Amino acid sequence: MAKKVAFLQGNEAAAHGAIYAGCNFFAGYPITPSTEVAEVCSLELPKLGGKFIQMEDEIGAMAAVLGASLAGSKVLTATSGPGLSLKQELIGYGCIAEIPCVIYNVMRGGPSTGMPTGPSQSDVMSAKWGTHGDHPAILLVPASVQETYEEIIRAFNLSEKYRTPVMVMPDEIVAHMRERIVFPEPGEIEVVPRKAPTVPPEQYKPYDTSFGDVPPLASYGTGYKFHVTGLNKMQDGFPTTKAEIVQAEEERQVRKVNANVDDIVTFEEYLLDDAEVAVIAYGSTSRSARYAVNAAREQGIKAGMFRIKTFWPFPDKQLKALAGKVKGFVTPEMNLGMCTGEVERCAQGKVPVLGIFRVDGEPINPDQIVAKIKEVK
Amino acid sequence: MAFDYDKYIRPGKLPHIWCPGCGHGIVMKGLIRAIDSLQLDTKNTAIVSGIGCASRLPGYMDCCTLHTAHGRAAAFATGVKLAKPEMNVILVGGDGDGTAIGGNHFIHACRRNIDMTYIILNNKIYGMTGGQFSPATPTGAKASTTPYGNPDPPFDIAKLAIGAGATFVARGTAYHATQIDKLIAEAIQHKGFSVVEILDDCPTTYGRRNKFKSVIEMMNHLKETAVPVKAAEKMTAEQLQGKVLTGVLYKEEKPEYTTEYAKVIERAQAK
Ligand SMILES: Cc1ncc(C[n+]2csc(CCOP(=O)(O)OP(=O)(O)O)c2C)c(N)n1
Repeated sequence: MAKKVAFLQGNEAAAHGAIYAGCNFFAGYPITPSTEVAEVCSLELPKLGGKFIQMEDEIGAMAAVLGASLAGSKVLTATSGPGLSLKQELIGYGCIAEIPCVIYNVMRGGPSTGMPTGPSQSDVMSAKWGTHGDHPAILLVPASVQETYEEIIRAFNLSEKYRTPVMVMPDEIVAHMRERIVFPEPGEIEVVPRKAPTVPPEQYKPYDTSFGDVPPLASYGTGYKFHVTGLNKMQDGFPTTKAEIVQAEEERQVRKVNANVDDIVTFEEYLLDDAEVAVIAYGSTSRSARYAVNAAREQGIKAGMFRIKTFWPFPDKQLKALAGKVKGFVTPEMNLGMCTGEVERCAQGKVPVLGIFRVDGEPINPDQIVAKIKEVK
Repeated sequence: MAFDYDKYIRPGKLPHIWCPGCGHGIVMKGLIRAIDSLQLDTKNTAIVSGIGCASRLPGYMDCCTLHTAHGRAAAFATGVKLAKPEMNVILVGGDGDGTAIGGNHFIHACRRNIDMTYIILNNKIYGMTGGQFSPATPTGAKASTTPYGNPDPPFDIAKLAIGAGATFVARGTAYHATQIDKLIAEAIQHKGFSVVEILDDCPTTYGRRNKFKSVIEMMNHLKETAVPVKAAEKMTAEQLQGKVLTGVLYKEEKPEYTTEYAKVIERAQAK
């Protein structure tokens, strides 16, 4: 039988992908350019017995999804730049209390209200450093409508597997363009369920590390009574200020992601085998980059592209290796150098990193990238 | 036989953090008696709080407990309740937590009339951070950030709740300890968003600065200013000057949020 196809926006695909992943709770607050996610969820979730709630603001939305997740739901919220700023304290709460949730954020320029309808890639650092304190960060940056659908499923899986908030951040071009999308059949893409406790309620501790760096999480209302707090906590979930426990727990929270980069980090290599110049790109910018690489090849320049799909953890290992093989990196991005700084860190001074930075609400076009590729000596 | 509080207290989690003379413990005992009188299943009862001295209360209770971020209890609780409407959801927090940083979530929870009970422990001050004024601090009162007297007018929390759409609003005091459990039990039984404001005392950061010589004096103040709603009916405006009404202040039946949402699901599935 032929698979179901549709012509969708990235935002619509995100909502449908979430539902494929088992999302049954959405809380949000409207903000351009992310509103279609809420609209589709409000239409589709109740049909499946799921819940949609429009909260009074982004903080409330983030709180509601965390509460619903603890009550056993698979949860999604969607927002954009300023909304992400508002959510930050509670994203930190999700990190320290280790609550699975998916945050879909269509990046917009800023700071503040910025440019609501122009494309931007300037929330990538916010995803890593926005909430205070050391914490794990997983950020996926899709480049097409199909990929947005698939990556949001992966985001749900990663959030359940590592018990932490996971972010998916398309830029506005990916979020709003329409493309053909082929829906996977049920069962075709793996859906990871929450690891439930195997011990009886009397023995359950929500942060019991004898089950590894990612302890099982019970749901409220299933017979397990447990305490959750945003304070540094012991294995039973109760606050502590004991130095050695706080240190060990903070390290575990970060380690559970950082020690699993090979499981989490995904990327695409395009014509890199013999490349002398590597364009490092993500999101819609990578589409221009692909075009530019082809154009450069036609002009006899050996260019290739490394496309970042998982922005955090950053593909350090791959880029460090690549730095030993090429003469230079070109990093086009719709901000003033957020990714470029990370690429420079990976280049370790071995190769020059030439950035293209646009914050004027215009996409980066292939000509600009080709011109920059030619600057690599 | 004396009432056995222990079976509702988490083993090993006492002593509590509250100062001697603080009324928060009295409210916790009232909540426990309320839960006991209704025979609530603690496995199916979530107690959600924000941040502050009052918000530490859930930690001592042997239930599903969620100590959230400052001001966000109502929003977290909304998520819990909407995800699992069959659960009993009880919120606990201070006046600052609920009506300053959490004011927006509070009024919207009232508006939705979602079936939860919010116990606001109003000690008229930010206790945990050391006695800064809150939206409930009386005008002219001294706080660590109003050294010349508070210029702000206070909220009447119960009226705020009624205005925002809460369908059950009651007020008690930490002095009238035996009334607390009844108000809370009635609030929990009410189908809809219920608010129980408990006028509380903070001898450490409020009393000291505002010429209350002792905890007893603060307690006496609660006793003297409280007027039961019934008694108030027979009093003149003059007699009611400076008094606060206690008891069930407002009660109304209105569509409840999670029940209404179940109808949304029905309509969506009928299509
Ligand atoms: C975002 C944020 N802002 C400020 C604080 C600091 N803070 C902790 S408790 C508190 C006030 C608590 O007062 P109240 O809610 O009246 O409760 P009480 O301690 O008096 O019981 C404040 C301001 C915080 N934890 N988080």
